[in-house]
Amino acid sequence: MTHGLNRIRALVVMIALAVACLPAMTGPAGAQEAGAQAVNPTAMSVQADDLLQQEGKLQGYLAQPDPKLAVLEQPQGRQWRVFHESWLPWGAGILILAVVLLLGGVYLVKGPIQADEVSGIKILRFNVFERFTHWLTAVSFIILALSGINYIFGKRYLMPLIGPDAFGTLSQWGKYAHNYLAWPFMLGVLFMIVVWVKDNFPKRGVDWAWLKAGGGVFNNTHPSAGRFNAGQKLIFWWVALAGIVMSVTGIMLLFPFAAFGVNGMQITQVVHSVVGFLFIAVIIFHIYIGTLGMEGAYDAMGSGEVDVAWARAHHDLWVEEQLRR
Amino acid sequence: MARLKFLCDANRCIDCNACVTACKNEHDVPWGINRRRVVTINDGKPGERSVSMACMHCTNAPCAAVCPVDCFHATDDGLVLHSKEICIGCGYCFYACPFGAPQFPQATNFGSRGKMDKCTYCAGGPDADLSEAEYVRYGSNRLAEGKLPLCAEMCSTKALLAGDGEIIAQIYKERVVTRGYGSGAWGWKTAYGETITVT
Ligand code: HEM
Ligand code: SF4
Ligand code: SF4
Repeated sequence: MTHGLNRIRALVVMIALAVACLPAMTGPAGAQEAGAQAVNPTAMSVQADDLLQQEGKLQGYLAQPDPKLAVLEQPQGRQWRVFHESWLPWGAGILILAVVLLLGGVYLVKGPIQADEVSGIKILRFNVFERFTHWLTAVSFIILALSGINYIFGKRYLMPLIGPDAFGTLSQWGKYAHNYLAWPFMLGVLFMIVVWVKDNFPKRGVDWAWLKAGGGVFNNTHPSAGRFNAGQKLIFWWVALAGIVMSVTGIMLLFPFAAFGVNGMQITQVVHSVVGFLFIAVIIFHIYIGTLGMEGAYDAMGSGEVDVAWARAHHDLWVEEQLRR
Repeated sequence: MARLKFLCDANRCIDCNACVTACKNEHDVPWGINRRRVVTINDGKPGERSVSMACMHCTNAPCAAVCPVDCFHATDDGLVLHSKEICIGCGYCFYACPFGAPQFPQATNFGSRGKMDKCTYCAGGPDADLSEAEYVRYGSNRLAEGKLPLCAEMCSTKALLAGDGEIIAQIYKERVVTRGYGSGAWGWKTAYGETITVT
């Protein structure tokens, strides 16, 4: 067999040499073209596997007016599938479990951060519009997160429980929820940036000291902070940036192929899901601090008012500024 | 048991689009959806080739793997079919499919893109064979009538072959040996993890 192959190879080389020696033929490329013109189709013309190897995918002309269908073959779909069915569920699953276990451990070992400071006098921390903005974003985020999680984990855990038909119907509603609640979420992120950006620029000295003291969590002190401490500022900037990334990639997914071809859509989806799960992890942490993790914190977003003594302890610079007015 | 496959001999395909038309007609496929299409590589240049492509009914199909509602099932003949009742129209199968086979009634996803539609190898879907419901959702079920896909059956140059993978590979090999050349089994490596080698 190798014998036969060698003989064919020798023959091909000989023919190529013979053709290359003809006048006006300058190289192998010329040789191929000449062959193609003499008889078409010929043995020299395109080979499916060679083309695919050169270009990574096969693309051509199509009679139907739909550019995405002009891609004949894109093996990248197989890679995207490996991401979507192995990397993503494993990565996301481990991330979310780790965050929940970590916070559960902290809660059991250390318990909530106590609020000993009670004066009985209340001070307004977040006005109605700020609270509306927060809850608009929060409620739509939670539903987006749950319906997003369903895209990946639903078929693995929920479907065996409720059966394929019920799961199909539920997922259909989940999809509608994800597609429509995306808009209030985007509006919420926008409002949030507008109302809070001024309080979230880093402040020389204060923020760095706060971070170095670990927010005072470990030694039960209260490092100085303005309206938002450095930890809250980090959450703000994360929500602003990740919110924008989710919005842009989400809109691309809502209007597929408006801007990208199929490989672009795959990357868009990867970004949307990876940032989505990081977002969920950060927000689980945020919810923990705002409710179970720290006494007195929830009121700020619930009624909007907090105890002055609590505020003095946690946001001393902000209280001073408020009282100076 | 047969393993049904498609094979397009690009050295025979003349880009007449009759397979596309026959498929649309046979299954009453809605506007804008093309279960089969013909793509021309190197259009207008030397070495131009046309390839008729639809769902390849892949081995270990990527579309089935990524579907968030697991609405695909593989038949005993290796066909990849799906349930339009369960599909939510998310479009992931299109991103995973190496051949652009899944089609959607609407381009955008806002609200709904509608249920995915693709080549069934003329084998219908999960509804009862030859029922009205099956026809409305998936088109006709020629396999249940003992026939092979219409596109391949009516192909005037017999470029498009459908049938048991081993038999159509054999036909292709004989052609390549007889005429002395062939551009290869388009998509086979990606779809089935194998190519047809002619020695
Ligand atoms: C900001 C506006 C958002 C828009 C416009 C949007 C849109 C989309 C779209 C169109 C899809 C594809 C599935 C489908 O067709 O329904 C999707 C999937 C997904 N979204 Fe969003 N989304 C947004 C925000 C979010 C947020 C905030 C999260 C997470 C907290 C999230 C998590 C996910 C996840 C996990 C998936 C599934 C990805 C996969 O299956 O690989 N999305 N989103
Ligand atoms: S060609 Fe596409 S739609 Fe058909 S089985 Fe393969 S991945 Fe699925
Ligand atoms: S469009 Fe339908 S078939 Fe395709 S992956 Fe989504 S739910 Fe599954």
